[in-house]
Amino acid sequence: MNACVILAAIMLISLVIYSLLGGADYGAGFWDLVCSGPRKQGQRDLIAQAIQPVWEANHIWLILLVVLMFSGFPSAFSSMSVGLAVPIFLVLLGIVFRGSSYVFRAYFAGDVRTQLYWGKVFSISSSITPLFLGIVIGAISGDAVLVDDGRSENGFLSTWLRPFPLIVGLLALSLFAYLSACYLTVETDDSELQGDFRKRALFSGFISIMAAFATYLVAENSAQRILDGLSRSPDCLLIEVGAAIATLVAFHALCVRSYPRARIAAAAQVGLIVIGWGFAQYPYVVRPELTIFNGASPPNILVEVEIAIALGAVILVPSLILLLLIFKSRGTPSAQ
Amino acid sequence: MDNFIAARSQMAMSLAFHIIFATIGVSLPLMMTISEWRWRSTGDPAYLLLAKRWAKGTTILFAVGAVSGTVLSFELGLLWPRFMQYAGSVIGMPFSLEGFAFFTEAIFLGIYLYGWNRVPGWLHLASGIIVAVSGVLSAIFVTLVNGWMNTPAGFDIVAGKFENIHPLIAMLNPAGVPEAVHMVLAAYTAGGFATAGIHGWLLLRRGRNRFDEAAIGIALLVGGVAVILQSVSGDALARMVADKQPMKLASLEGQFHTEIGAPLRIGGIPFPDERETKYAIEIPHGLSLLGFHKYNALIKGLDQEPQADWPNVRIVHICFQIMVGCGSLLSLFALASSWISWKKRPLHTLFLKALVFVSPLGFVALEAGWMVTELGRQPWIIYRLMRTKDAVTSMPNVTLTLSVMTAVYVILGIVVVWLLSRHVIAAPETKQIEHPEVLV
Repeated sequence: MNACVILAAIMLISLVIYSLLGGADYGAGFWDLVCSGPRKQGQRDLIAQAIQPVWEANHIWLILLVVLMFSGFPSAFSSMSVGLAVPIFLVLLGIVFRGSSYVFRAYFAGDVRTQLYWGKVFSISSSITPLFLGIVIGAISGDAVLVDDGRSENGFLSTWLRPFPLIVGLLALSLFAYLSACYLTVETDDSELQGDFRKRALFSGFISIMAAFATYLVAENSAQRILDGLSRSPDCLLIEVGAAIATLVAFHALCVRSYPRARIAAAAQVGLIVIGWGFAQYPYVVRPELTIFNGASPPNILVEVEIAIALGAVILVPSLILLLLIFKSRGTPSAQ
Repeated sequence: MDNFIAARSQMAMSLAFHIIFATIGVSLPLMMTISEWRWRSTGDPAYLLLAKRWAKGTTILFAVGAVSGTVLSFELGLLWPRFMQYAGSVIGMPFSLEGFAFFTEAIFLGIYLYGWNRVPGWLHLASGIIVAVSGVLSAIFVTLVNGWMNTPAGFDIVAGKFENIHPLIAMLNPAGVPEAVHMVLAAYTAGGFATAGIHGWLLLRRGRNRFDEAAIGIALLVGGVAVILQSVSGDALARMVADKQPMKLASLEGQFHTEIGAPLRIGGIPFPDERETKYAIEIPHGLSLLGFHKYNALIKGLDQEPQADWPNVRIVHICFQIMVGCGSLLSLFALASSWISWKKRPLHTLFLKALVFVSPLGFVALEAGWMVTELGRQPWIIYRLMRTKDAVTSMPNVTLTLSVMTAVYVILGIVVVWLLSRHVIAAPETKQIEHPEVLV
């Protein structure tokens, strides 16, 4: 296999993991925004406790993606940075506010009003960030990001302020919210709280399915090529079928309150959707011009970066498993 | 403000902000791990409380450091897309490795902060050590990239593009290693002295207590050892600059004319139009001795280069003087305090006052030092290969993003200082009773 394809595959895997871990953290922030009912504070506490030890490690998958992108596909990184500067800047603002307001809130213990204020900042920024991340993904899947010699041919707004990227943004937000609600059912032993998040999971799951259909419909008009990509290969069909099955399993598990199964099925569903996007996007990084072949770094660099990734993974994977084992295995409720 | 100046200002502001948090992310984990190790070997509860306190400080600062670092990795592209387009593949290697080091740091910091009651003692201490080591590695990898911008290596230029790239040679460029060592020591110096100063101030305020004395002991050890080693590292770096970037040396020394046996100027204000540095104390042959370790070495002056290609000599020279001045003062203080501790004298009030006075100088030197290296490299983004103005984005309204980011960072800065003063610095006893949950 070609070094370009390998690096692209590694980046896709990172994107999947980022969606499954970091995405769920954003989703949890979204649920913080819409906390309601008699167990409002219980929901907030559960959310805070669930993401506290892991969100920083989860966030780094995004940094890894960016770094791999400019090492391996610098032209694509450069084009995105110019053409999509506005949504990327908004993603950055979201990241800054999400991360800092989260710790600020945790440390303003004792001052309820200030805590609520930072809580708002946290939850709003958690909701905005995935929206714009989705918009960036939608925009590079369309045909509008054209950058020639550092100049964006479609300006700085009409590259992304279009139906297709916007609907992908909504899809991302609803999927992350759904994923997070499924995870949160497993994070508590309180059956009432579980019930709250079960309802939220079913609701947001339904919205995400609607958003997914809307994405298809809009793509017919404005992002025909990625749709062609999706229907091109048998792999894509297989992935789509897999995602559909995972969706059914997740919904069934939620209905019968089998939460651990719902968690795994929802993760599989979101993971397969991201992978499906990756296959449909192949071989492009930024449509309609930059592919993983015409915009790649020289092969020796790709190979050396891949060796570095392999060495890094030897340290990273066991560490990550250790982290998740310590904080996310059942039967060890928070000692705090 | 035109876009180019706005982009440079935004980058400068983002770096100046991030470097404070990154520095603390390097130094505080070392101190907290030492403190935990002291607690495990002596059983003295002051050390345990200290380790938890510092760990809490690390949580706040690391989170802000992580997000402001993310901002920088995107801003490389947002503000300097052409730089990334051409150089991305050359400098990708250290950035990728930094990504992994940062990953390890975040994972084990999570275990350290929230695992006090969940993991065995040895694993907890080991997590602290891993956080400290990976923090240093992150700093090294990132600084290697800056080194490459100063002394680009590991490629051939063919038809205006980088060809035959060797990522490892690029990573281990001539400036990279001495710069990285200088940066790590600077992080320990700045973090160590600032922490010692805070506890010195507390000791003055609330009288003798074991908690603050233990804190000063560890922090001053870290900062003091680092600042003494810094003089050796500074010398190595200066000789590298003299050899590879003579024009940068000339501007940081305010050396306008090429000269054999050039003097070392202490202080002074360069007047670029008159091509003279006035009001400086000149030590004859000092610069030749420092730059090349030779009495009569030839020092190239700025006259070797058209004035349009000079950096802002006045600011660079003054920042350099500030950095060296602060460093020297801190070295003297470190020597004095090692003498005091060797004689086993108790901490005198006058000593504590002096400590509080010098404690911010590490950060002053750090910021000034980065001004020297960044402004001293201008007008180049890649030394003698790509001009900064050719790398800037075509996006309009950079002034707007600059204003937004500045406002955001100012707010974050104020909140962080306020939080630290409440949680890390506040007197231990009352806080512990009021909010035991946040002390874990």
